[in-house]
Amino acid sequence: MDLNLPFLSLLIWTPILGGIWVLYLGDGQEQTVKVFSLMVSILVFVLSLLAYADFDTTTSAMQFVELRSWIDAFKINYHLGIDGIALPLILLTTFTTILVILSAWDVIEYRISQFMAAFLILEGLMNGVFASVDAILFYFFWEAMLIPMFLIIGIWGGPRRVYATIKFFLYTFLGSVFMLVALLYMYSKAGSFSIPDLQAMPLSLAEQKLIFIAFFLAFAVKIPMWPVHTWLPDAHVEAPTAGSVVLAAIMLKMGGYGFIRFSLPITPDASMAFDSWMIVLSLIAIVYIGFVALVQSDMKKLIAYSSISHMGFVTLGFFIVFSIYATTNDSSGAVMALEGSMMQMISHGFISGAMFLCVGVLYDRMHSREISAYGGVANTMPRFAAFMLLFTMANAGLPGTTGFVGEFLVILGSYQSGFWIAFLAALTLIMGAAYSLWMYKRVIFGDVANEHVAELTDINTRETFILAVLAITVLVFGIWPAPIFEMMQPSIENLFNHIIQSKTG
Amino acid sequence: MISDILLLAPEIVLLTMACIILVLDTISTDHDKALTYWLTQATLVLTVFLIVWFSPAAEIVAFNGHFVTDPMSVVLKITICLVTLVVFFYSYDYLKKHEIIRGEYFVLGLFAVLGMLIMSSAASLLTIYMGLELLSLSLYAMVAMHKHPVTASEAAMKYFVLGALASGMLLYGISMIYGVTGALDLKSIADFANQTTDANSSLLLVFGLVFLVVGIGFKLGAVPFHMWVPDIYEGAPTAVTLFISTAPKIAAFAMTFRLLADGLQALLLDWQGMLMVLSVLSMATGNIIAISQTNIKRMLAYSTIAHVGFFLLGMISGSNNGYAGSMFYIIIYAAMSMGSFGIIILLGRKGAEADTLNDFKGLARRSPWYAFIMLILMFSMAGVPPLAGFWSKWFVIKEVIASGHVTLAAIAVVFSVIGAFYYLRVVKLMYFDEPENMIAFKASQQMRFVLSLNGILVLLIGFMPGMLISLCLKAIGG
Repeated sequence: MDLNLPFLSLLIWTPILGGIWVLYLGDGQEQTVKVFSLMVSILVFVLSLLAYADFDTTTSAMQFVELRSWIDAFKINYHLGIDGIALPLILLTTFTTILVILSAWDVIEYRISQFMAAFLILEGLMNGVFASVDAILFYFFWEAMLIPMFLIIGIWGGPRRVYATIKFFLYTFLGSVFMLVALLYMYSKAGSFSIPDLQAMPLSLAEQKLIFIAFFLAFAVKIPMWPVHTWLPDAHVEAPTAGSVVLAAIMLKMGGYGFIRFSLPITPDASMAFDSWMIVLSLIAIVYIGFVALVQSDMKKLIAYSSISHMGFVTLGFFIVFSIYATTNDSSGAVMALEGSMMQMISHGFISGAMFLCVGVLYDRMHSREISAYGGVANTMPRFAAFMLLFTMANAGLPGTTGFVGEFLVILGSYQSGFWIAFLAALTLIMGAAYSLWMYKRVIFGDVANEHVAELTDINTRETFILAVLAITVLVFGIWPAPIFEMMQPSIENLFNHIIQSKTG
Repeated sequence: MISDILLLAPEIVLLTMACIILVLDTISTDHDKALTYWLTQATLVLTVFLIVWFSPAAEIVAFNGHFVTDPMSVVLKITICLVTLVVFFYSYDYLKKHEIIRGEYFVLGLFAVLGMLIMSSAASLLTIYMGLELLSLSLYAMVAMHKHPVTASEAAMKYFVLGALASGMLLYGISMIYGVTGALDLKSIADFANQTTDANSSLLLVFGLVFLVVGIGFKLGAVPFHMWVPDIYEGAPTAVTLFISTAPKIAAFAMTFRLLADGLQALLLDWQGMLMVLSVLSMATGNIIAISQTNIKRMLAYSTIAHVGFFLLGMISGSNNGYAGSMFYIIIYAAMSMGSFGIIILLGRKGAEADTLNDFKGLARRSPWYAFIMLILMFSMAGVPPLAGFWSKWFVIKEVIASGHVTLAAIAVVFSVIGAFYYLRVVKLMYFDEPENMIAFKASQQMRFVLSLNGILVLLIGFMPGMLISLCLKAIGG
């Protein structure tokens, strides 16, 4: 199929314009607003599927490239393009947005048009982040994303929403501005903001180290890594369900995407120099945060910590490649780790999204996120319990679900670099099982804990549909992840060949 | 000589019109001063038209090197007139609403504009000083125009005393530079400064420079010469604050550029260091103290101080691109500041200025559209894309890095994050809190329209900054 559409521009601007239209419609026409928003999100998803159908999986080059001059004076271009790393994340974004809009259907009680508009605009901006080939364009979308998210948490969030949202905003803003300084510094040397040019430009090790740290501040906050993760539990807990889903499923991936698009290829020597630090921080996230998750009494907080722990896997996979390559002198193990990390990001998008939706389902009925408020939910909500069991298992990394694929590859890869790293990383399978299943047991199993639980009604068609779609996705790609790997294989290999070359020369 | 006078045509017409309006105002019995107001607006439009009409293709120096018309002055003059035009739109509404309308506001405003135009075109120390004094004296009178409440008189007094002190400093510096170089026009001064090898002359030049920088610092409101800013902003009627915080900033850029870049570029290393201190102190003081304000006018005053710190970054880089960055910054700042004060005016009622932060509570419920405009303005001031304020910060920081001051850039971005907090608080009040009352605003259709346009412009420049950036670069000649 060759449609020759400007897919990427459509993916960015359709939801944004749709969102503006929704804002214009206002709160008076609630039903129209909802239906229209849903249609826009489906349209965007279909567009992204068409892009996927058109996508050439044999090359690592940027595809669907659009190049227009934006700011002539400084050679900044409206330059879009995607490769095998960006495409899966765009698909994840468009897919998640539909579910998010559906999930909010009957739940949001006030300012519904603003709510829908915020999510549609957010979707467009997130697509923009993944599709930008110009660093300033990337930064433009990256920062602009904060505004809708700030409003989503602040307007529709829980009791401590103001604290959480301001913390979220300032934390991520602080991280990002250093990235801007690094980008501007590189521009002063290379005279270009195009990401491929930045990846190709030579940089001394000292420069690379400073640039790496600047990038690290931006991406580590976003993904988030220990110890700059503290905004995440607050933001997750206070955000409305839909906000938590987008935050966990997509926005965290931006940090990972930043590492793989900026840190690794632009500063490969510094990445190598700092790799043991990054591995240690990742392992701390995996193990320590796993323990932290274990003691949470709030379900959302527990899932938030489990997200941080899972993201530890992503950063581990990214930064362990140097030591794998150094020990084995063979690219296959390292490429496997990188692919595992990517897979982990996508899988976590599905699973954490599903987990937050499950908590949302309970919260809509009981208005409590405390584990202790529940017990014996299986008695009143059997269908829901079945779905949640699947997602809990996937969260723990059960084989047959997507949760397993990524973790397994990363562990397998890291084994080649050293037994103890693999051992510590593999602890997550136990930790994950412990906190996920224990929470499940306390919430779902047992006798009916109180009269509120006894009055629960099982999930309705809308909720069943959302969870079923996610369940199928988790299972299908858990058993047959080949399409995803196929998509990213050439780009990952190309990336790997790039990062093992020193740029200091 | 005739051609020299033609070059001055916009200024001459403006002056004549201001005098005519002054006379007409005294004899008109018009209660809401509609005649004065519309004539003033017409004069501004006419002036813009004349500026464009008489704009030369290249730089022309007239009156024996005292007056220059170059692309930069043309751009700045047009911006000053347009900004003033919008300011008067807002002000007229304000003055009518609070029933304190007087024709003198507009007449003095026109004289202030005249002073700013002269500053933009000044090619000698004397013309700069003359323009500056004309501007300042008009502003002193405007601040003092309404004797009640007493804070206004206090503000006017403070403004006058400190302003006079600053002018004195500036004049002292000018006299010293004249003493060394024997010239008043900036070109001769620049030549002298470039060529001199005499240690004593250089020392005296630097000595004069110090006083110039102090004078500039006062006029811009850079720390540690910022004491007057918060009191004036808070004390003066909002219409006057609105005016002070917009067009005169653009003129201050012209003055800074003419004195430091046109005249004393040879002393770059000296004034660079001084401005660096001013810049960092301004960003720090402005952003940190703004956090604890409860009065939004006062908060915006400290925010201005912080913005001046950013504005100086462009000057510090000492390159043509850097100056263009500063110019871009100050134009965007004027647009944002105009809109923010416009919203304050919109929210106010007779006898009740909406100048505390609490007046913004729940604005998103009372009026989603104007809350959205304010949201745009606040995020823009914080420097978040996709808004104009992002590009202005981006531009100056880029130039500072290009000139090799990466640490300074890092300091600047940290302060921009600290500054983001108090802008976010305004958004929080508007969007996350419940309104205290649901009283509808009283504002004319024109005011509403222009204000909306103002906000949308800030958004549009955020998406398409290219044109304005190129314009600034071209104006500076980079």
